[in-house]
Amino acid sequence: MTADLFLINVAFYVVGAIALVGALIAVTAQNILRAALGLIVSFIGVAGVYFVLEAEFLGVVQILIYVGAIAVLILFAVMLTRGLMRGTGSAYNTQWMGAAFIALILFLLLGVVALGTRWNVVPRQVGDDVIPQIGTELMTTYLLPFEARSLLLLAVLVGAIVIARE
Amino acid sequence: MDILNSLFTNLYDWLAATIHSLLAGLGLTKDAESAIVAAIMGLIVVTVILLWMVLMVLILIWLERKNAARVQDRVGPNRVGPWGLLQPVADTVKMFIKEDIIPTNADKLVHTLAPIVTMAPAVLAFAVIPWGKGMFPADLNIGVLWVVAVGSIGTLGIFMAGYGSNNKFSLLGGMRGVAQAVSYEIPQVLTIVTIVLMTGTMSLVKIVESQGGWGGLQWYIFAFPVGPIAFVVFYLSSLAEVNRTPFDIPEGESEIVAGHHTEYSGMKWGLFYLAEYFNFFLVCCLGAILFFGGWQGPGFLPGYVWFILKVYFLIWVGMWIRMTWPRFRVDQLMGFAWKVLVPIALLNILLAGLRFDLFSLLRMMGLIS
Amino acid sequence: MMIPLNFYLLLAAGLFCLGLFGALARRNAIGILIGIELMLNAVNINLIAFWRYIQPADPSMALAGQIFALFVITLAAAEAAIGLALVIAIYRSRDTVNVEDVNLMKW
Repeated sequence: MTADLFLINVAFYVVGAIALVGALIAVTAQNILRAALGLIVSFIGVAGVYFVLEAEFLGVVQILIYVGAIAVLILFAVMLTRGLMRGTGSAYNTQWMGAAFIALILFLLLGVVALGTRWNVVPRQVGDDVIPQIGTELMTTYLLPFEARSLLLLAVLVGAIVIARE
Repeated sequence: MDILNSLFTNLYDWLAATIHSLLAGLGLTKDAESAIVAAIMGLIVVTVILLWMVLMVLILIWLERKNAARVQDRVGPNRVGPWGLLQPVADTVKMFIKEDIIPTNADKLVHTLAPIVTMAPAVLAFAVIPWGKGMFPADLNIGVLWVVAVGSIGTLGIFMAGYGSNNKFSLLGGMRGVAQAVSYEIPQVLTIVTIVLMTGTMSLVKIVESQGGWGGLQWYIFAFPVGPIAFVVFYLSSLAEVNRTPFDIPEGESEIVAGHHTEYSGMKWGLFYLAEYFNFFLVCCLGAILFFGGWQGPGFLPGYVWFILKVYFLIWVGMWIRMTWPRFRVDQLMGFAWKVLVPIALLNILLAGLRFDLFSLLRMMGLIS
Repeated sequence: MMIPLNFYLLLAAGLFCLGLFGALARRNAIGILIGIELMLNAVNINLIAFWRYIQPADPSMALAGQIFALFVITLAAAEAAIGLALVIAIYRSRDTVNVEDVNLMKW
């Protein structure tokens, strides 16, 4: 295989590992700040996966919104609720064994479906000018969801301020 | 003049050809050979840009201290070399040899990671800046969005520094810093969107190339009324983004000791200091590219010289502002962002979308292409 | 030879199950929100992988995968904001973020 195809394959394994390791830290860390940092690592890994899948616009939007905004929100909440001063005790509640069992069963089910189905893959030729197309489609074909989302964001803005106010 | 213009691109091509011929005798396949050449050339480009940036930052440090001195009617550093030119080198040596202190109950991991998380995005964003005709490391077709996204990771570093120092002043400084950075990102991105609207592409290389008319002077700052308003809003919100006076509440020395980098010393503090100057240089580069035409200019100087001149002009204006304006209070700062800059930026986008600017008028009248 | 579609789906399944475990088993309310964000990320990876590997017959749907993923990112941001505002409000009134201690309405 050619050199850049080989590099793309290597890149997939690397960013996939980063995403999974970050998620593992996020879910099992006892200190909630370490969990938030693991989540940030996982976000960056997922952005890497988008770059490998040739959806660069979405990769950059992922970094901008998830790492730049949502991660900052989570860190603020961690700090404002002083979750760290609470300290010790297990990270899990009383039903963790049932949760682990269900997660494992679901993973096996999804794995069997993912690996066993014969998907009729028709790889697309990703052109260079996806962004003007995305803009046009947002304004024509997907106008209704777009406007609904803006209304949703307005409601969230007002609601978050009202809920978190002193 | 063409030779000077394409000096660096010719150098790059010659170096690539030399490495190709050096590898030709090893009998590798064509794919592997071009991959190795691409990797080596990439490493060389990255090293050159990093060294160049460090040189620029050293010059900036000297310039700032001399400028501040002259504005305050004193001489400035003049002991260490002719005109104090080796002062930044002395500062660097001092930074290296200082002891590295971590406060007692601080979270070691967070405290150590914070300067890295602040510095890395500042360096990453230089991957898309075009320094001259054909002189860019990577031409992403989402160039502007890349710079904004990577810049927003820097706010995490400020927060981690403020939190990880186990110090009330640091925490307060860190929270204020994050609030300020997040608030001023919005007018900055809105003005960048204005320029993207007028150009039709997010690639920085194409934005510079589209400002080439009128003998290299068709810059977006001349597109009244959209251009100058966008430039003023962009420049002020960028100054706030990089925490420079008058927006430097997070690190104001008379206010909050040193804000989020109170508890840092030695090389870690050096990384914060470097990151601030890298960010300032980046923001001035972005301003020069978006509003002043990047490397475009009348033909008597090569492109990269024009670019450096424009960037240093913007840096000088930034330093001038720092020396003369008093500092904003925190509530004035947030009020300024949300109540003044955001409405102006939104109105600007409306005007740009309605094509209410000088260039569109001239295009309609058929005077320019 | 490109990475087959199955591997991306497997990665997304792994992330989703880790997120599910986090959302069901953590004690801290913010930890539950972290699990939910992981699940939304996994769904996004699935959407983009399908967009890349399978081309729909209808040409007007050519970008549906990316636009859908964009909407999911927007929704995740909105939900994280409200969720964290709720956690802060609960902390103010009950002085705890343990979901086991906020059990007044449990029978």
